[in-house]
Amino acid sequence: MEKENLFGKTLTELQAIVADLNLPKFVAKQISDWMYKKRVSSLDEMRNISKQAKELLAEKHKVSFTSFSNVQESMDGTKKYLFPVKPMQFIEAAYIPENDRATLCVSSQVGCKMGCLFCMTGKQGFQGNLTSGEILNQIFSLPEFDKLTNIVYMGMGEPFDNLDEVLKSIEILTADYGLGWSSKRITVSTIGIIPGIRKFLNQSNAHLAVSLHNPFEAERKQLMPIENVYHLPKVLDEIRSFDFNNQRRVSFEYIMFNGVNDQTRHINELARILNGIKCRINLIRFHPIPGTPLETSSNETILAFQAGLKKKGIVTTIRASRGEDIFAACGLLSTKELVKQQKNEEY
Amino acid sequence: MGKAEKIALQKTTLLSSIEIAKHVFVLSFSRTEDFRPGQMVALALNPNEPFRLYSIASGNTQNEYRILFNIQTEGFLTPKLAELKAGQTVYISKPFGSFYGTLENDWWIAAGTGIAPFISMLESGMGKNKTLIHGGRSKESFYFADRIRALLDGNYIQCSSVLKQEGIYPDRLTTYLENLEYLPTDKNYYICGSSQLIVDVRDILINRGVAYNKIIAEIYF
Repeated sequence: MEKENLFGKTLTELQAIVADLNLPKFVAKQISDWMYKKRVSSLDEMRNISKQAKELLAEKHKVSFTSFSNVQESMDGTKKYLFPVKPMQFIEAAYIPENDRATLCVSSQVGCKMGCLFCMTGKQGFQGNLTSGEILNQIFSLPEFDKLTNIVYMGMGEPFDNLDEVLKSIEILTADYGLGWSSKRITVSTIGIIPGIRKFLNQSNAHLAVSLHNPFEAERKQLMPIENVYHLPKVLDEIRSFDFNNQRRVSFEYIMFNGVNDQTRHINELARILNGIKCRINLIRFHPIPGTPLETSSNETILAFQAGLKKKGIVTTIRASRGEDIFAACGLLSTKELVKQQKNEEY
Repeated sequence: MGKAEKIALQKTTLLSSIEIAKHVFVLSFSRTEDFRPGQMVALALNPNEPFRLYSIASGNTQNEYRILFNIQTEGFLTPKLAELKAGQTVYISKPFGSFYGTLENDWWIAAGTGIAPFISMLESGMGKNKTLIHGGRSKESFYFADRIRALLDGNYIQCSSVLKQEGIYPDRLTTYLENLEYLPTDKNYYICGSSQLIVDVRDILINRGVAYNKIIAEIYF
């Protein structure tokens, strides 16, 4: 039987494990210190834990990280790391350095169930949820770990479709027993799963980003099937009902599609539906994926769209395109790798 | 602005549970609300536990809600739902969602239990001039086949890459779509099933000239 990895366990979970082994409670804190503060990758390296305790732990548990199996580096410094999860399963993490910031975009699932028309990850279908340890492994195994300033859960998968593991990973990033980072360094993105939004807002202090992409329900559902289940107005009502303090931020992601969502009527409707929500809109250039019927809006259109929203009083930024030369849009690298592996299987 | 409306679950009683195929069940519940064919309900065994969503698989003129599901061995709810007996309590939401059917000559495409919303549409009298393509692995996985034949005024195509039987297209439904000599580009295509089915079918339809805004998808998640 494969040993269970302790890496990714919360302190409460570690305490339950050591209690089961009749070990003193403080051993759990020692383990979390070694894993999350000193970043060791084996039980053997935990020098202040007794040999007997380590032997007991090692019977059914291990501590290990998984190294990346591939990396691509862009001309602009963006790096895309590919991590194997299980045989034939891969996830991606994108490291994006920028002036005094360095952001890591992490995955929360292998593949995705949501089937958005513009997304490459969706083409893999859904292959599984990541554990908290597998989410954190993308961060801890990163060669640039010490440079990281921000984490965004915007890689492969829908974080709120795997919320319990995402919340555990955030706890470990922010808790005193973990990395102790400010939750303001973390942003979690969702396509708008209402029960998940409610739970996330109540159980963490990290920032929220919502993939909006079209303010009209009938048009949004053509891009994002989730609109058939959780309607945008109700998503916005949910956000509106939450008391965002000064520190916590909600933003809306808006990929610009030529002739689809980049017209004046979209600006007007965005202003109408976002009324009363203190927020920011991030406009994103679309990186076309194979076979897509969608095209990116022109730079002129994006700038005009930004100006139109600003005129309506909405803080609007245009996200710089990064890593275009290395397939930086999530899912491209892992889908390529999956296809390559599947072909190998056939021979 | 209105306060966020939570998905409220109300207590109801299971009227019946029928295993219509191996590990595939139809549950029926008392109906208290009107709904539009294609909508879903949230279901839980305890109001404090996470709910799961199921398309309604009964007509809007029938006196009960029915849902169709297969047991997900690692699933949170379906193994428990399969154990339920008539008379036991469950918690159900009002119908919601907007995977509405139309009275147009639409194409309906489903795999496995993804047939549920189309059954609701058929039972609600929306079967005229429809084309229904259903993918399944075994003969018994073409759920409600007799009822579909009775209600559908159009084409009913069953596809199976496993079954070799007259009247059943002997390959995947995606292969059927790829090999169709003529695929109309002016129809609406409604798809219900797993994300992989949705993505694969959508890619084929777009590749064959169907505009993306004619493709309406309901993903099981």
